[in-house]
Formats: sequence, structure tokens, C-alpha cells
Amino acid sequence: MDVWSSLMDGFATALTPMNLLFAVIGVLLGTAVGVLPGLGPAMTVALLLPVTAALEPTSAFIMFAGIYYGGMFGGSTTSILLNTPGESSSVVTAIEGNKMAKAGRAAQALATAAIGSFIAGTIGTALLAVFAPIVVQFAVSLGAPSYFAIMILALLAVTAVLGSSRLRGFASLALGLAIGLVGIDSVTGQRRLTFGQPLLVDGLDIVVVAVAIFAVGEALWVAAHLRRTPLHVIPVGRPWMGKKDWQRSWKPWLRGTAFGFPFGALPAGGAEIPTFLSYVTEKRLSKHPEEFGKGAIEGVAGPEAANNAAAAGTLTPMLALGLPTNATAAVMLAAFTSYGIQPGPQLFSSQGPLVWALIASLFIGNFLLLLINLPLAPVWAKLLQLPRPYLYAGILFFATLGAYSVNLQAFDLVILLVLGALGFMMRRFGLPVLPLILGVILGPRIEGQLRKTLQLSAGDPAGLFSEPIAIVVYIIVAIILAWPFIYKLIRRNRPMPATVIPGNSGATVPREAGGVSHGSHRADGTADGDGDG
Amino acid sequence: MSSLATGLKGRAELGVALLLGAVGVLVFLDANGLVTPYSQSDPVGPKTVPFIVSGLLIICAILLAINVLRGGKGEAEGGEDVDLAHSADWKTVLPLAGAFILNILLIDWAGWVISGTVLFWGSVLALGSRRYIRDGLISVALALLTFYGFYLGLGIALPAGLLEGIL
Repeated sequence: MDVWSSLMDGFATALTPMNLLFAVIGVLLGTAVGVLPGLGPAMTVALLLPVTAALEPTSAFIMFAGIYYGGMFGGSTTSILLNTPGESSSVVTAIEGNKMAKAGRAAQALATAAIGSFIAGTIGTALLAVFAPIVVQFAVSLGAPSYFAIMILALLAVTAVLGSSRLRGFASLALGLAIGLVGIDSVTGQRRLTFGQPLLVDGLDIVVVAVAIFAVGEALWVAAHLRRTPLHVIPVGRPWMGKKDWQRSWKPWLRGTAFGFPFGALPAGGAEIPTFLSYVTEKRLSKHPEEFGKGAIEGVAGPEAANNAAAAGTLTPMLALGLPTNATAAVMLAAFTSYGIQPGPQLFSSQGPLVWALIASLFIGNFLLLLINLPLAPVWAKLLQLPRPYLYAGILFFATLGAYSVNLQAFDLVILLVLGALGFMMRRFGLPVLPLILGVILGPRIEGQLRKTLQLSAGDPAGLFSEPIAIVVYIIVAIILAWPFIYKLIRRNRPMPATVIPGNSGATVPREAGGVSHGSHRADGTADGDGDG
Repeated sequence: MSSLATGLKGRAELGVALLLGAVGVLVFLDANGLVTPYSQSDPVGPKTVPFIVSGLLIICAILLAINVLRGGKGEAEGGEDVDLAHSADWKTVLPLAGAFILNILLIDWAGWVISGTVLFWGSVLALGSRRYIRDGLISVALALLTFYGFYLGLGIALPAGLLEGIL
């Protein structure tokens, strides 16, 4: 199929007045939740799942696309104007962005972030449109053993690469897998972990799990530590840039895009690493290195572009393989399933019009964000003044409503509270949330692929290694798991200059003790991981 | 004894290890209780994956306990509105959870309009707002709006409860 004509058909679908309206709603909603603390695009999509059940899937996904990109956009506004980034991907933006705002250049910081996001998002979406069908062509030839391996890779990579403690990542993943087990086993009809409770037989609704962990857990956690002194929001007018700002921004935008897309597209991508790399690169290449740390525009332009390009990249494995690597993509994947659409490489052939309308609406959403949000920046800044009791009471209110409306049973609200308490505990003790959500969503599908694989090989474990791709993927898995070992070996043999390992920066334990205990646990984590594979 | 007490102080994270271990044992026992004859068409069976998951949970529990006893600590999550300088404020969290539980108890009997009002009003009060009347009006308005919005806009009939016939 020709990419260009499919994409044009997608535009034709996405540009009907009704779908355009959903795109606008999505973009506005996404920016609002991105700006507001405590809310994120993943949670918003989860909350909207029951509400959108009555809609055409295409319209719903056009709205989700707007929320996804809008959330990125709103996040940068918050980190520039408040200096307390809500998402880990906008941490780097806050470094220079907030300094610029304090120096009276908030308008320029917001402008370079917005235009950079637009350019990176557009290029990233174009790359998605080109590469996703290629990945699909490659992926349709893969069988169950390869899928099993690739999913294991995605789970392990997200768990082991992101976050500051691998051990806590694996703990979170294991909890998620356990939650995913609840309900009737699809092959034998056996009831697992239902404890004789008929309401658990259908399993835990992913909407309820996601809303509980993201919304209820977050609201309870913030309530326990609510900042009593209001944050200082830097006032801002309409964003604009002078000629000099343009000259200093356009190269960082392009370089940021080049960092962001590939990292997003990898099964362990995420936006943290590329934004960090982009920042370091811009600092090194800048003609004004002395401005870094005091509000250099390159330090906003590059990372923001990297962030948005990574967001587009993440959709490549999500659409082409059915493999989500961030929270919003995971919830969107759950949305496919709730519409009865099977995610995976068949998606492009079975749901071609929907997928291309979704991709087209990403272009449209990006454009709308630029068009709507440059003039609206002062309004978004006002949103930050919303009294916190209303904000968090509202989150609980809508979380309850969303979770209840799925099945209209009060029992779901009990689950919501229990898992909300789990979300609270995870935030308190530094267990990352993403591995849990991925475990819940991917766990049952991994089990399905495993059983299919061994069914084909009549129970012979060698069947797991029967496809070359599977073997390659297992080698990558082994390298990821053994990386701390290798890293230690390299360091022992060759004294390295004293560099701080990113990700370990927040360790509160004394440096030496921390190093020893981390090292030994990573080693043990490797051992148990091998046992799985 | 006293050394044990001081050793445990500030190690609330051991509770996480305990929870992981307990869930692990639970998953194991549940899977072990399944009876399935070996089947040629499904050599993996419904037990294998639960066994692996329970193993992972128990290993994580043990490693986490060792890590915490050696002085390891999970980083509490920050955020725009989070001030980690003060310790957990249970005077806010518990009433908030109370409002939530009240909603669960009321929703099927009294209906969403009443229980939702209670939920929002209670939450706002728990979070420290002191404009009782204005908050109450906002709560009622929100509950009514969502009730009719869901009914008319989405065709989802939230329970009317005590107000059946009035709404």
C-alpha cells in the first residue's frame, strides 16, 4: 500500500468537521491536564475511556492523539513558569527555561518550546508514517517465539533502564504481572486469584487499574504532602521570539528531533535520555556556553524538541507491534482492546483507515497546538492558580465517576481505593509506576505468546529459540541485564574520570555504601531475570 | 530488644518487602490449588506463569528487605504540589479516604447525585478549603451536571437512588 495515498485518506477522515472538533477538544484538554499538576495525559485518556465507549473508535483516537501531544506541550509550560516539572521528561526543560523566565524572557522560552515542539512533532510524525509500515512488513513474518522475546525485552528494558532503582522497578513489574493474572485463564477456563469472588472473574478492568494508580494514588499522595505555601507563577504575556532567538533555536530543534525519535522508537526509549543528551550536546556546541545555567535558549529549544520527537517515536512500536513503552501509549493500547481491535502488526491491514486517520490527526493536532496555544499561554498560566483543594477533589471525583461508569458497580470503587492505596505506597517508597501498568497490560499477552510458542513445539522449551529474531532479542536482553556487571568491569580495568551516572544522582545513601548495595542487587536481579527467559 | 527496635525505626519500607512477599505467597498458593490434567494442546498450562510471577515477587521481597536493612531507600516521588519537607499529613489523607469510602457506601442506595456531592464536598473540606457554602453549591452543581451529562450525552444512567422520580 502506498503511504502517501493512505495518509491522504487519513487526512480526509480526520478533517471532517466532527473529527476536527474532537481534535480541538483533545488538544485543549491535553494542554490543560499537561499544565495542571497532578494530572497527566495517561490518566486523562484512562478517565475518558468509559466516556468514549459510545463514540466511533476513530473519533476517540483522534481525541486521544490530541491529548497525547497536548500533554507534552502543557508540561513544558509548567516547567518553564514554575520550575517544578511534573513529568520526568520535562526536567531538563526546567533547567534553562525557568532561568529564562526569571530573567524576564518567559515569552521567548515558551515560544521556542512551542515552535520546537511543533517542528519536532511534525518531523517525528512524518518519520512515524514512513517507518511504521516498514516495521510492519518486517513484523508480519514473525511468529509467537519472536513476539514473546520482543515483549520480554520491552518489559525488562522499561523496568531496568528507566528509574533510579532496578530492584524497585522489578518489584513494581511483578506486582503488575500479578494484577494481570486475576480472572479466568483464557485457555483452560480456570479461575486464577479470584478468591471465589464472582466479580473478579472477568479480571480487573484496565481502566480501573490505571485510574487507581495514576489518579487516586496521585491525589492521595499529594494530599499527604500538600505544599501549604502557594508556588510563585511567573507572569507571562504572549510568546514571541526575536530574530536572534530564531537563529539560536533552529539548529537545536533539529538536533533534538534527531535524538528524540530513535530513542522513542526503541522498546526502552522514553524521553528522559534523549532530552538529557540534547541538553549536553547543545551546551557543548553553543557559542554562548557562559549562558548555560543562566537561561540559554538552546537549552530549552533542544530538549523540548527531543521530548516531542520521542513522543512521536513511541507510537512506532505501539502501532506497528502493539508494544507500548510509555504510560499514555499503554493506556491507548488498552483502548484498542476495549474497542475489540487487536493491536499488533495486523493493525495496519485490518484497521488501516483508523490508523492513518490517527496519524493524520497527529499532524493536525500539532498544528492546532501551535495555532491555539501561542495566543492562549497567559490563560494556561492562570490555570496554575486553581485552588488546590478543588483540583485534587476534582481528580478524585472524576476518577470515581470514570471507574464507576465502566460497569456501574460499587465493587469497582473498592478496587479503586485498594489500588489507589497501592499507588500511594509506591510513590512513598520510590517504586516506579510505569512497570506496573505495562505488567498489567502486557502480562496476559506475554503469557498467550508463551503458550502458543510451546504449543507449536509440543512442549519443547527449545521452541522458544526457534526463530533467529528471538535469539537476537534474547542476546540484547542478556546485555541489558548484565550491563551493570560489564560497566563495573570496565570501570575496574580502566579508571574513569569522575562522572556522575545519571539516574543515581538522587541516592541519599553514602556514596560507597550505595554503590556496593546497588551493585550486588543488580547482580541478583540479573540472576532471577535469566531464570525467566 | 531495644537494638531491634532502633533497627526497625525508619524502616517502614520493610512493609513493602512484606507486602511483596505476601502477594508472592498468595499467587503461589492460588496457582498450586489449580487442578489441570496435562494437555497436549497446552503444555504450559495455567500454572506456569503464576509460578514465575510468584517467584519474581518473592525474590524482589527478599532483595528489597536486604537492601533496606543495608540502608537503601526508595526516593519518594516529588511534584509541583508536593512538599517533601514535611512528613505525611494523615489529618488530610484519612478524611479524604473517609469521603471516598462514604461515596462507595452511598452510591447504590442514595444515588450518584447525593454520594457524588458528599465525595466532592468532603474532599474539598479535607484538603483545607473553608468556604463551606460555596463549596457545597459547587459540589451539588458538579454532581447534577455529571448525572445529566452522562445520561443525556452518553446514555449511561448513573444510579438515581433516593432521588428516583425527582431527577
